[in-house]
Amino acid sequence: MRPEPQVDTQVRISDEVRKTTCYMCACRCGIDVHLKDGKLVYIEGNRDHPVNKGVLCAKGSAGIMQVNSPARLRAPLRRVGPRGSGEFEEISWDEALDLAVSWMKPLRDTAPEKLVFFTGRDQSQSFTGYWAQAFGTPNYAAHGGFCSVNMAAAGIYTMGGAFWEFGEPDWDRTKLFLLFGVAEDHASNPMKLGLSKLKARGVKIISVNPIRTGYNAIADEWVGITPGTDGLFVLSLIHELLRSGKIDLDYLSRYTNAGVLIDCDPKSETEGLFLRDDEGRPLCIDRKTGKPAPLDGKAVRPDLAGSLRRAGITHRTAFQLLAETYLSDDYAPAKVAKRCGIEANQIRRIAADLARTAFEEAITLDRPWTDFRGERHKTMTGRPVSMHAMRGVSAHSNGFQTARAIHVLQILLGSVEVPGGFRFKPPYPKPAHAHPVPHHKATPGAPLGGPHLGYPQGPEHLALKDDGTPSRIDKAFSWENPLSAHGLMHMVIANAAAGDPYRIDTLFLYMANMAWNSSMNTRGTMEMLSATDDSGDYTIPHIIVSDAYSSEMVAYADLVLPDTTYLERHDCISLLDRPISDPDAAADAIRWPVLTPDRDVRSFQSALCDLGHRLSLPGFVDEDGAPRFADYADYIQTHERRAGVGPLAGWRIGAKGYAHGRGEPNGAQIDSYIANGGFFTAHVPDEAAFFKPWNAAYQDWAVEMGFYDRPEPYLFQLYVEPLAKFRLAASGRGTRQPPDHLRAPILATFHPLPVWYPPLSEGFSDPVEYPLHALTQRPMAMYHSWGSQNAWLRQIHGVNPLFVPTAVWQAHGFKDGDWARVTSTHGEIVVHVAHMAALNPHTVWTWNAIGKRKGAWALSPGAPEATKGFLLNHLIPELLPERGDGMRWSNSDPVTGQAAWFDLKVKIEKVDPQDEAFPVIAAQTSPVPPGGQDR
Amino acid sequence: MTALPDKTDRTLGLVIDLDICVGCHACVVACKGWNDTSQTSGLSDSDPYGEAPEGAFLNRIHSYEITREDAPATVVHFPKSCLHCEDAPCVTVCPTGASFKRREDGIVLVNEDDCIGCGLCAWACPYGAREMDPTTQVMKKCTLCVDRIYNEELPEIDREPACVRTCPANARHFGDLSDPGSAVSKLVAAREGMDLMPEMDTRPVNKYLPPRPRDAEIDVLAPLLEPVAEEPRGFLKWLDAALDRI
Amino acid sequence: MHPARSLILFTVLSGQGFGLLVFLGLGTPEVEGWRAFAAYALAFALAGGGLMSSAFHLGHPERALKAFREWRTSWLSREAWLSVAALSVNGLYGLCLMLGLRIAPLGWLGALLAIATVVATSMIYASLRTVPRWHRPEVPVLFVALALSGGALIAGQRWLGLSLLLIGAGLQLFAWMRGDRALAESGTSIHSATGLGMMGTVRSLEAPHTGENYLTREMVHVVGRKHAAKLRAIGAALAFAGPAFFLLWPGGATVFLAAPFHLLGTCVLRWLFFAQAEHVVGLYYGRR
Ligand SMILES: Nc1nc2c(c(=O)[nH]1)N[C@H]1C(S)=C(S)[C@@H](COP(=O)(O)OP(=O)(O)OC[C@H]3O[C@@H](n4cnc5c(=O)[nH]c(N)nc54)[C@H](O)[C@@H]3O)O[C@H]1N2
Ligand SMILES: Nc1nc2c(c(=O)[nH]1)N[C@H]1C(S)=C(S)[C@@H](COP(=O)(O)OP(=O)(O)OC[C@H]3O[C@@H](n4cnc5c(=O)[nH]c(N)nc54)[C@H](O)[C@@H]3O)O[C@H]1N2
Ligand code: SF4
Ligand code: SF4
Ligand code: SF4
Ligand code: SF4
Ligand code: SF4
Ligand SMILES: [Mo]
Repeated sequence: MRPEPQVDTQVRISDEVRKTTCYMCACRCGIDVHLKDGKLVYIEGNRDHPVNKGVLCAKGSAGIMQVNSPARLRAPLRRVGPRGSGEFEEISWDEALDLAVSWMKPLRDTAPEKLVFFTGRDQSQSFTGYWAQAFGTPNYAAHGGFCSVNMAAAGIYTMGGAFWEFGEPDWDRTKLFLLFGVAEDHASNPMKLGLSKLKARGVKIISVNPIRTGYNAIADEWVGITPGTDGLFVLSLIHELLRSGKIDLDYLSRYTNAGVLIDCDPKSETEGLFLRDDEGRPLCIDRKTGKPAPLDGKAVRPDLAGSLRRAGITHRTAFQLLAETYLSDDYAPAKVAKRCGIEANQIRRIAADLARTAFEEAITLDRPWTDFRGERHKTMTGRPVSMHAMRGVSAHSNGFQTARAIHVLQILLGSVEVPGGFRFKPPYPKPAHAHPVPHHKATPGAPLGGPHLGYPQGPEHLALKDDGTPSRIDKAFSWENPLSAHGLMHMVIANAAAGDPYRIDTLFLYMANMAWNSSMNTRGTMEMLSATDDSGDYTIPHIIVSDAYSSEMVAYADLVLPDTTYLERHDCISLLDRPISDPDAAADAIRWPVLTPDRDVRSFQSALCDLGHRLSLPGFVDEDGAPRFADYADYIQTHERRAGVGPLAGWRIGAKGYAHGRGEPNGAQIDSYIANGGFFTAHVPDEAAFFKPWNAAYQDWAVEMGFYDRPEPYLFQLYVEPLAKFRLAASGRGTRQPPDHLRAPILATFHPLPVWYPPLSEGFSDPVEYPLHALTQRPMAMYHSWGSQNAWLRQIHGVNPLFVPTAVWQAHGFKDGDWARVTSTHGEIVVHVAHMAALNPHTVWTWNAIGKRKGAWALSPGAPEATKGFLLNHLIPELLPERGDGMRWSNSDPVTGQAAWFDLKVKIEKVDPQDEAFPVIAAQTSPVPPGGQDR
Repeated sequence: MTALPDKTDRTLGLVIDLDICVGCHACVVACKGWNDTSQTSGLSDSDPYGEAPEGAFLNRIHSYEITREDAPATVVHFPKSCLHCEDAPCVTVCPTGASFKRREDGIVLVNEDDCIGCGLCAWACPYGAREMDPTTQVMKKCTLCVDRIYNEELPEIDREPACVRTCPANARHFGDLSDPGSAVSKLVAAREGMDLMPEMDTRPVNKYLPPRPRDAEIDVLAPLLEPVAEEPRGFLKWLDAALDRI
Repeated sequence: MHPARSLILFTVLSGQGFGLLVFLGLGTPEVEGWRAFAAYALAFALAGGGLMSSAFHLGHPERALKAFREWRTSWLSREAWLSVAALSVNGLYGLCLMLGLRIAPLGWLGALLAIATVVATSMIYASLRTVPRWHRPEVPVLFVALALSGGALIAGQRWLGLSLLLIGAGLQLFAWMRGDRALAESGTSIHSATGLGMMGTVRSLEAPHTGENYLTREMVHVVGRKHAAKLRAIGAALAFAGPAFFLLWPGGATVFLAAPFHLLGTCVLRWLFFAQAEHVVGLYYGRR
């Protein structure tokens, strides 16, 4: 016998490790990038990083194939063929920027709103927003409007923070976890790390989702809810809890506006508004004195059962209104079960589970703290029930109110910002009233008055022109969607093409594949992008796109600014916009060029600095007109938003050396970040770790860190007064009122207490003709459209079938390999089907964004993504069908403008086997050479 | 070398927790990335941007759906790589001795220089744990990251398989299954870790922890909530009393 | 299993070549001089050609010699040794015949080695538990029977050939009947494969990748039932019925057609042998 072969167990794969931040999703994990002879060889998770603690997802690990993708753009491109053809010539950066300036400069001088700048899943919003503000256009937003603004707005208005990225369950302590409508989430690695902690402790996970895959597959109990009905389910849980008195009255009275007195006179000019004192402070009845007192007054104990008659008007507490509303039989499990597609007993049992865990398994930490009323508490008591929800809730047109309902449920249980409950991540919590209100007045040659986006407190903050028409091209903050805190990116192209509310000149897009998977009515959108007017000119005269890859959107640009890949540039993940904090620490991070680009590309942010200088935008030039920032890195280190507060919080300069949070800019700040592994964390002091909105220690720490300039304790808003103000306006009171056709929708949806109504589109389609809900889910190993250029990931998800539930499968006599025509009120697609039993019986679904246009992403035209893969988006209209009144409603949540991707209803029928999925869209010419053969 | 060692000094392997695997494919790609770099011949892909991309992977995730009489259907995500069988048929069929099982730790490996690419070992493996590399045409399989677990070029904490290191759900565990005191052995004991296809007599080293019961309580009549009041007026009375108590 | 052309040719041609060598070794027919040369040339062409074609199945044919190493455990390695031994002994014997020298015991040894080689070839398949249809005692028997019948027909052995055809047909029928139940009877199912059978009925929802991989191409080959039945009929007709018919045709005018038809038929049967064999890994992929 021969000796056992010797194995080299001591391989050395790299000679250098550089630590930076992943970019394949908004999770922003820390990565260790291994280089050998300067070449990228391996990427693994950074063990010290607060977000991922060393783990990495499939996309993150496949980053090497993203950086080496054949689809990378190589130089600035000027269109030579018709829009959409993909025919370009490569030009120099000087030519490119001059061309952009030649279009933008006249706009700035005459009509800044004609530059429309939207930035997709931008991780530099505080910078791009700053640039847009300097330009003076009101037309700026990022992707939140089509993503999860329902979540953000519901959370911010209710409790000063939301599920989205603003908080997370107390994974180490919670004893019952409810997950609503999540397939992957923004916080994808933390979510998985959290779930594994729950599993390790044997904590029950209940998933509410029509589809049982991924996280929902590992749940201990599955609620296979019918899409769009979560609100009803949650309000039924609330009904059960109220009926049995299983609510945390102490918490409600101390930390929420449950005790606030509300004008209950239907004829009053202030119906539904808070009773306030002369200083404008909301009033309650102090249970100790029985007298009216400021709700947040020192030593006041608001009485939830209080009432007060003043000037002939009855005032009752928010809590009484809430109890009366939800105790109604309309919310009894037996009444809602069928509509929700679940058993009444499952609702009762879950309510009992919640109550038992919250009240019988409460946890107490021996951690004294002082609340904002000055009261010292010896311990911290927590109701260890936690919840998380994402787009399954938010991507419906009733998502705002549904998310509100979930928050109200959490709050009634006393489970927010307590041990074992849901906790905010600094700089959150931050209540709606502490956010800016929208600024929208365009003035030629001048910057905008303030930030574009914000949280209106009433009709007075809407972005309307003097004539009452919307100021913004996306009609954000108009009567159609008053609380559209993130804008409506999904309406920009449709509105611009229709010239409604006005014509624009230059559409400037960054990081959004609007000609494909990010738009509703994809084919229509492609037509709008290339539509011409009577004189044959494009309706949207100029389109500038910044992309790093040969996407479908690139084909519609007149000018393409090629970006670097994520390992080739500086970035900052800033506490000023979407940081990477966790509940125990504020954290921010950077990216830095761990590789040098081998192409004529530039970081988009650096290009914006250059454009800002060429346009002489305030803030981007010195007094003598010289560029203010050499590049984005320079901006990151030297820009100050407020005195002492800049993009990065770590290693600023204080009186005695480094200072964190507040401090003078540090010209070598990025080096400090690099030395620290690419990130900075500041731990929340133990005493400040819970009850943050009311915790004096937290408030002081937040001021020290620069999140606010003075302590801003606030109360949770079970009852949201701004919603009542819109109701008042819609019912004909007040000076600023909606147009008549919008009164009814506002009255139906703007309830200051959460309400459930069926997804709006259901009023526009025949439930018998279109019986099935159609959904998408994110595959964990793919990121929207750009995963498909990745040689490794596309092997995992190269095509997407339509999954069909058992009863439908059998009724249509489907077999494996069959094809179906799927039709909505808007259009039809023909796709291949697959059977799935672990699925709500009224739901079909597919993986999101696998289908590709031929010629895009440097894939061969016969690639399965381009032949068999498909987009559900072809079936989703951006405008709901006309109903005989001449009105077309946007397919969005009427409160926030959130795109209602998941309201889609369809019918399905079997067709003969096909070679290609329908619709077949003509190929685009690739501006880059096709991907190579074997690797 | 084709004969199997009578016994190995240690029995290194993986324990995979089907109760928590969310099917994210992170381990798949981490494995691909590491081995593509660490192995001199890499792990190639043919037609990577074309109509039929096909590459060698050493670890793959299946998804199974389970329909049940008394509970809703469910899904189990199912990772699968080489199980480093004690009676590895892939080793004994190998005509060249390229496939072998290490005496010191039981890891089953392929010595690529000796592999003629006959494919027999892949035929002999019941689990589909071996894949021919599309360009180098030699057999590839999970190495249990033998080039990580002993690798002194790596920080000590990183001397574990790439898939284990990256799994965000902590569904993969690595250790010595011959040592009853090891964390993996304890897990297997506590959770009744199982063999795949025990009837094949391969005696796999890797163990699978079965999913915990799901939707188990659905039929159990857990105590439901007792109402404090049936109508709003009664509720307000209760409320007043309850407020007095706090 | 994927019915690779190289493997079909390898097993069929080498089988028939070694089958012919068996009869030449046993002296049925007795050949000498130029007739011996022709007979042995044909046998070597078949056996050698088959063996060469097997190299096309290798990823690294240039390393083929390494396949001799592991005869202790590997049937492929044993087959390599045996085929070399069989070819050498028979070659020597044949050379002697050409020179007019008949050393009968050498011929018998040659015949034995030739049969052993065919057994070794078949054991490559029959030893695989992973393919229940192959993992059966009748597989080597059938391989030998087909090799012998082929050899007999080439060698022009009318009645011997006829009886071997009969035996072969019977064995083939038996193999099909048993083989069709083999997977079910093996006890291996998606339930044992996943260990999830205790939870309920298991079904593959999604494969690990949407395209093919080495395993699915190599191990998972689905032949439709209807196709299989048709091909079985064609194969049996070509391999057994046809040759028998030609052998029995009055006057013996068509005897020379029997061997080529049998060869063709055996190729079809061998195609089915591979194509119908289900590797248990297909269970993981939910493809059968
Ligand atoms: N791997 C990967 N990660 C990503 C992304 C990606 O593309 N790939 N994209 C990122 C982005 S931009 C976002 S916005 C997030 C989104 O992350 P998720 O919030 O997880 O979004 P989706 O994948 O759309 O999943 C929506 C889930 O809601 C369910 N659902 C649909 N309708 C309903 C309903 O009415 N009720 C309930 N209860 N459930 C419902 C669907 O079945 C699905 O499971 O993911 C981010 N992370
Ligand atoms: N049917 C359906 N449609 C949906 C959804 C759904 O759930 N169902 N989800 C919606 C949601 S929540 C979202 S967020 C959108 C996501 O939609 P998009 O934000 O449009 O997502 P991507 O497809 O990733 O497109 C981003 C663009 O950025 C480019 N890019 C990638 N990296 C870089 C870079 O480093 N620099 C620059 N400049 N560009 C880069 C890509 O090439 C691509 O063109 O999809 C929406 N569409
Ligand atoms: S979750 Fe994955 S893709 Fe997202 S940042 Fe983390 S590693 Fe990158
Ligand atoms: S799993 Fe397969 S490849 Fe691994 S040792 Fe067992 S038989 Fe061999
Ligand atoms: S493919 Fe290589 S390792 Fe496998 S049996 Fe053949 S020679 Fe051995
Ligand atoms: S142990 Fe290493 S080689 Fe094996 S599956 Fe895990 S990462 Fe891949
Ligand atoms: S990384 Fe972990 S959770 Fe993800 S597929 Fe692999 S084993 Fe499952
Ligand atoms: Mo999103």
